[in-house]
This record gives sequence, C-alpha cells and structure tokens, in this order.
Amino acid sequence: MNDYTNAIEVRDLTKRYDGFTLDNLSFNVPGGSIMGFIGQNGAGKTTTINTILNIVKPDSGTVKVFGLDHIRDEKEIKKHIAAVFDELPFDDRLTASDINVIMREIYDQWDSDKFFAFLDRFQLPKKKKFGKFSKGMKMKMQIAAALSHNAKLLIMDEATTGLDPVVRNEILDIFFEFLQDEEHSILMSSHITSDLEKIADSVTFIDKGKLLISGCKDDILESHAILRCSRADYEALDKSDIVSARINDFSIDVMVSDADECRRRYPGIITDKANLDDIMLFYVNRDKKEWR
Amino acid sequence: MTYASANDIMYIPYIYIMRWTMDIIISNSSGEPIYQQISTQIKALILNGTLKAGDALPSMRQLAQNLRISVITTKRAYEELERDGFIESYTGKGSFVKGQNAELLREEYLRQTEELLGQVCAKARQCDLSLDELKEMLELIYGGEGNE
Repeated sequence: MNDYTNAIEVRDLTKRYDGFTLDNLSFNVPGGSIMGFIGQNGAGKTTTINTILNIVKPDSGTVKVFGLDHIRDEKEIKKHIAAVFDELPFDDRLTASDINVIMREIYDQWDSDKFFAFLDRFQLPKKKKFGKFSKGMKMKMQIAAALSHNAKLLIMDEATTGLDPVVRNEILDIFFEFLQDEEHSILMSSHITSDLEKIADSVTFIDKGKLLISGCKDDILESHAILRCSRADYEALDKSDIVSARINDFSIDVMVSDADECRRRYPGIITDKANLDDIMLFYVNRDKKEWR
Repeated sequence: MTYASANDIMYIPYIYIMRWTMDIIISNSSGEPIYQQISTQIKALILNGTLKAGDALPSMRQLAQNLRISVITTKRAYEELERDGFIESYTGKGSFVKGQNAELLREEYLRQTEELLGQVCAKARQCDLSLDELKEMLELIYGGEGNE
C-alpha cells in the first residue's frame, strides 16, 4: 500500500442518466477521518458511492482510493474496503455461521474471532436465518461482517436509516472505536443529520447532482446562522448576503453563510445557530430565495 | 381594448402578499421559554399601541403552524396574556385585545415617563447641568404648564 493523505479523492466526476446528472463532483475524504455525506433523496449520494465502489461507471472524472486508481487497482483496493448498504445483501436463507465460512474464502485477512466477537456484542444468533432477522439485527449483521476483514475504509450508504436511537448510538460507538486507528476512514451518507453532527469531522453536501458545500463540519456550522427577522428587519437586509429566507405570517428566518459578519452588521437582529438540517433546508430552497 | 400580457405582470415578492398581522420573533438560542417569548412580544405590541383594544389576535393554530411550534405552547402564551388582563378569549370567536384598564395604562405611562427622564438626565450630564439646576428647570416647566 502506497502513501496517501486522502482516503478517497473524487475529481470532476460526471455521470448522466435520463433526467439526472451527477455534475462535475469533486471532494476528498481525508485519511483518518469520518465524512458525512448529505443531500436529499435523489441528490446523487448513492450514485456517487456506487461509482467509488466501481459498481457504476462514470462518464468522466477520476476516483482515487488510498491513492490508487479505483478501476485499475480495484482488486487491491477492495481488500481494504468495507461497504454497508441500507438493505442486507445476503440471502435470506443464510445464517451468521454461513457468512463466516463464505467470507473466510473471499478475504485473505478475514478474522473469524473478531466476527464472532461482534456477533456476541450485538447479541446476534449464529444459527438463525437472516430472513427472520429484524431490521436492526440485519444492520448490525452487515456491520459485523464489514468490520471483520481489517478494512481501512468503511463506506456506509443510509446504513442507520430506520434504526432506533439506542441501536444508532451503539453503531456510532463502533465507528469511534474503528477510528482509533489513524489509518481508518469512514464515508457515511445519512439523512439523520443529528448522527453526523455527533461524529463527522467533515461534511459534503450535494443537491441535484451538484456539490454545494464540502469542508470541516465545525467551520460549516459556525459560519452559518439563522437571523430571526421582523418584516422591517428583513427589508433592511442586504439581500446579497442571504442563502434563502423562510417566511411565515409573523416573522422571517434568514439563513446567512457569513455569521460573524452578519452579527457585526445587524447587531439588533437575533442570530441563532444553524444545524445541518437547517443548512440543508435553506440551501435546497436557495433558488426560490423566499419560501414558506 | 388591451389585454395584459405575461410581461406586464410584475414580480411581487412573497413578502408583500402575505397575511401579515404582527411581528413575533422566536429564538431557540435564548434561554426564555417560547410561550414567554410570545406573550412578552404581544404585551409590548399592545402597550406601544400597535395592537389596539378590540383587535383580533391570530388564532392559536395559525400562530403554531407559522412559528412551527406546538399549539399547547401558543395556548399557554394566550392563557398568560388573558390572566394578566391583556386579552379576552371567546370560544368559537377567538382572542381579542382587551380595552385597557386605567391602572394598566397608568403603569405604562409611568414607565414611559421614567424612560424619558432617563434621557433628560443623560442630556443634562452632557452639558454639565447640576441636579439642582435640573430640578429648577423641571419645576419651572412642570409648574408653568400645570398652572395654565
């Protein structure tokens, strides 16, 4: 394995489908960190992830994983990648013991002890067929399988969606443990932005196939703010500063992307912190400028 | 006879076609509970004359929907306003600003007088006017107007 600073490097990635284009997407997942990948349904998150995994062929652009070309060096890369999807990819008739036998043959570095330790920790039965597993059990099963071949990069697509907060927290704990090794990285797409707010180091936000924001999570959260305006406040605002404004019958919430500057310029207006949900909502409506 | 073409229709920003009745601004970073933020702001609107006796307040549900808060919260705000004598609610008709009672008004005028006197003192200090000189001036003005 050669030296690399970014676990994943996506450059000018373009993929055209009928009615949808992934448009010139570029971003990095720095090695040793966890990146949250957010966007609406249909924004292109899964297409991007599938392209990184070479399941989908891009029309143009390059992807490097561990500094290697993701098509030419696919075999080498995939020894060190684990991918987790929202659906269990294993057949309903299989059991956890079967998976151990199968994976042992596929991966050089499959660690049966680690796998069974995960099963114990998640309280998953070894002989029960996956068809009889609950949604939470299936997800834990996938994560147990994903983390048992000494992967360096974990790619998760909507993996925590539909799970209860207790199970999600358990899974987030596992991620923290995984990240104790400085060589390990995670790319995680999710709608549950509160999870990402807890664990992500950086965030990439795409909308309609285009990159909106990519960067350090703390910087993004600190630079954005919501101004709570009266109608008079709003009319006095410099409209070039705003991302978009949500209007109701009594007040106007305005998202700005330079919070410090706005606090200085409009000291009389209440400025609230924005969370990732707010940022997503106001950016998705940015073309409308004013919305209800 | 001319017909308006699509080009003649001006773009009207959303803000001008809304059902605006009053400003209520909710902050979730302020430590003050939301129901209190609402009741304080409506009280201020009544005392400064923006809302007058008999004016209808927005329905609790309209307020809740627009501010994206629970109806229980708006109900609590209105109950507080009713208890303090600022509004009256009638089942099926809604809530209305109450005719102000003398005591409430007097208190409000007292508060405003104090505020204006504060400004007077600040001005007096700016030009090194002593308290005695100020009192003298006040007696002259107060007495002069009162004796007319």
